[in-house]
Amino acid sequence: MSGAPVRVMALWSPDWPVTAAARAAHVPPHRPAAVILANRVLACSAVARAHGVRRGLRRREAQARCPELAVLTPDADRDARAFEPVVAAVEELAPGVEIVRPGLVALAARGPVGWFGGEQAAAVRLVDQVAARTGVECQVGLADGLFAAVLAARRGLAVAPGDTPAFLAPLGVEELDREPDVDRSELVDLLRRLGLRSLGAFGALGAEDVASRFGADAVLGHRLARGLDPRPPLRRRPPEELAVEIELDPPVDRVDAAAFAARGLAERLHRTLAAHGLSCTRLGVAARTVGGEELYRVWRCAEPLTPAGTVDRVRWQLDAWLTRRRTSPSFVEAPSFVEAESAEPVDAHGGAVDRLWLVPEETVTAGALQLGLWGEVGEADERAGRALVRVQALLGPEAVVTAVLGGGRDPAERVRLVPWGDERGDGLPTPPGEAGPGTGSGRQAAGVAAGARRGGVRAGAGTRAVIDGPDRWASTEAAQRLGPAVVAVSRSTAPAGWPEDVVRRADRISAADPTGIEVQGRSTNRRRRPPARRSTGRTAIREPPPSWPGRLLAPSPATVPPHPLPVELLDAARQPVRLTAPDLLSAPPRSLVVDGGGPRTVEGWAGPWPLQQRWWMPNGVDGSRLQVACADSTAYLLLGRAGRWWVIGVYD
Amino acid sequence: MADAAVGDVAVEDARQVDPAGRLELARGVLRGLENRAAGGRPVSHPEADGRVLPVAGPLARLLPAGGLRHGTTVAVPKGPGSTSLLWALLAEATAGGAWVGIVGRPGLGLVAAAEAGVRLERLALVPHPGADLLAVTSALLDGLDVVAVAGAERAGVRAADRQRLAARARQRGAVLLALEPWPGADAELICTDAQWQGLGSGPEGGSGRLCSRRVRVRLRGRGVAPGGRHARLLLPGPGGTVGLGDAAVADVRRPPVPVAG
Repeated sequence: MSGAPVRVMALWSPDWPVTAAARAAHVPPHRPAAVILANRVLACSAVARAHGVRRGLRRREAQARCPELAVLTPDADRDARAFEPVVAAVEELAPGVEIVRPGLVALAARGPVGWFGGEQAAAVRLVDQVAARTGVECQVGLADGLFAAVLAARRGLAVAPGDTPAFLAPLGVEELDREPDVDRSELVDLLRRLGLRSLGAFGALGAEDVASRFGADAVLGHRLARGLDPRPPLRRRPPEELAVEIELDPPVDRVDAAAFAARGLAERLHRTLAAHGLSCTRLGVAARTVGGEELYRVWRCAEPLTPAGTVDRVRWQLDAWLTRRRTSPSFVEAPSFVEAESAEPVDAHGGAVDRLWLVPEETVTAGALQLGLWGEVGEADERAGRALVRVQALLGPEAVVTAVLGGGRDPAERVRLVPWGDERGDGLPTPPGEAGPGTGSGRQAAGVAAGARRGGVRAGAGTRAVIDGPDRWASTEAAQRLGPAVVAVSRSTAPAGWPEDVVRRADRISAADPTGIEVQGRSTNRRRRPPARRSTGRTAIREPPPSWPGRLLAPSPATVPPHPLPVELLDAARQPVRLTAPDLLSAPPRSLVVDGGGPRTVEGWAGPWPLQQRWWMPNGVDGSRLQVACADSTAYLLLGRAGRWWVIGVYD
Repeated sequence: MADAAVGDVAVEDARQVDPAGRLELARGVLRGLENRAAGGRPVSHPEADGRVLPVAGPLARLLPAGGLRHGTTVAVPKGPGSTSLLWALLAEATAGGAWVGIVGRPGLGLVAAAEAGVRLERLALVPHPGADLLAVTSALLDGLDVVAVAGAERAGVRAADRQRLAARARQRGAVLLALEPWPGADAELICTDAQWQGLGSGPEGGSGRLCSRRVRVRLRGRGVAPGGRHARLLLPGPGGTVGLGDAAVADVRRPPVPVAG
């Protein structure tokens, strides 16, 4: 048969993101761990799974099922970097290793099977080798074709030659959607609704029928389900001149510099490929070190690579090579690996990279990667991104920032500045240092404080408009005028650190909370996150918007000094105006002296509005705010605190 | 001949757009032809391509082109209301997908920006460019649609550098917004007669809150009557966005003064 795929051996390390993260964070393997993105479990260790933690769970729920769960943050770069020693270990025994993604490599089975005298022996040898060199557990699967081999590796099976369709047939169609890069959830959902629950049932359909009804992606899935190679076997052999290369002078030994070079290179590669009407599905990344050593690694992708995907892979690979010589701290517990490196000169990579080239190992005709019909839009974004990255290269990555609005009561604390290129907003991971002593309410309170400090709450523009408005203002103002008593009441109804699930899910509110306090009142002190985009099958109830009572309403000051400026507020007798109570001035202000300048006549003022927040912190910010308009038509927002006045906003 | 053919195509395209756009395009084509006919080095004029970045409605009535022309340099000198004016100028542009960079201006009230309608994810800030202000600004002019720059004086930018920046903006079709006096700017926007509303004063002191501010925005520059052009605006208006003041835009007519050219 023309489409008979080659025999592939897949080596799969289960839960790689968790393994890599746990090693980096020095979490012992017996402790349950999970990588959490945007408040959802992205991956969890086997120990955690035994405790009932599953992919897609909310963080709170996962921690409820398994209180000692170590919560780790996702980092694709780290995953790729930590995986490099595993690849190196496999490569010592078998050449031609392809990285499918961090955690999964594929290799042609013929070589190792022939050399070690049998599939079983080869698999055992590989697993042993990886375990001995790096201390990583992995499973091997053998089958015809990569797709089946990966599924076999997940089950630790060797499927006999020719048995692959039979092996695939009883498996569920959802196996088509296991690849994180490709989203086939819609197809899988559709097939299940049509009653095609197994790969065999799907594969039994005619290829023409699938193509005419479900589109190109389904044809690919159909080929996979029948145990054929995903792409028809007629592959174009890439001509040699498609490879692009760059000489790095001076040699590069830092990852960011190398990644910068890689970006230009990847773009060149894509231009060349686009000119030939091709796109790349297997990418070879090669580098030569100053010592004359040539490093080469092949990355394989399910989908044709986009320029951004290429840059990512090149960066991961360079990151791995460049950090390899320095013994990575995550692998100190594997002394054999260190010894191997120092003993064998072959492994003594290191030194700077002075030449870098990319080889498209396998190409397909570019169909899906055309620019959009109105391609200029994306182009402008890309151009802007390039300009900003250039400035970052000039001044450092922290010098170019974008703003994310968060929760808070003062104009300064409602803004969080994020370096350009970093993720904006969603899913703020709590750094381990800030999380406090991982137990009970102390941890949660610290989390709340951290959230408030960093503006962990994000208010949508639409929702804010609903809260704003004269009525809301009047009620807030009235509450403030009544003084601390009201605040104290709202405090008692708003305990810090309620478990998120209790508040978020309406059915549980009534169960856990017989008093039935309104949700909005409680939301004031709680750390809040935007609902995760990932669909987990369960519909989340829409959250009420965070309200932050006591915050100032629009218009906000157009200028916010980075540090509060000291001012003097004087009354008619040129005596300093003080706060006799949080909401009472000692005398009407008459003039304002800003930062040593001349006195300005105060024309009107509003306030003071007491501000009480973070009372649980030793250095909590208590004070009163006052709006002052001067005769020269400038207006200031002042904060009175500890007997002094500060400018925290200028309305200019 | 080739030029004429290009012009024909442009005019052909213009039939589909509204009359104002057609007029603008026709002017651009005419100017290009004039430049070439003059025989000298073709001087690309700010209006060469006739594209305009949209601004909020009340401001659009003030600006002659109805927005910020690509390739121009606009000065918004610091003063009462200048930062609010900056946000008002940027709001519509970012909402339409333009990228904006602000160089050399720490301490911006970004909440106010969001209230004015600026999309913060399209706003990049370089608060402390230091001595590299010139390099940073010209790098950003390459890629962004609007670049606002402040502190050029402090960073030692000379007159020749200013011209270079303006030329770069013109060449790239970006808008250079100077947040300080800028010799040679195509237009200058200044807020005057600012007056806050909503605060209690005298015996009613302490009541109310800052709600809105009436300002008179004055535009001076090319294509405007010699005395400038004024508009009364609410900047910011009650919700933080720019609002229309009570009086409409008025050209200030001065006694005719002989102007060269």
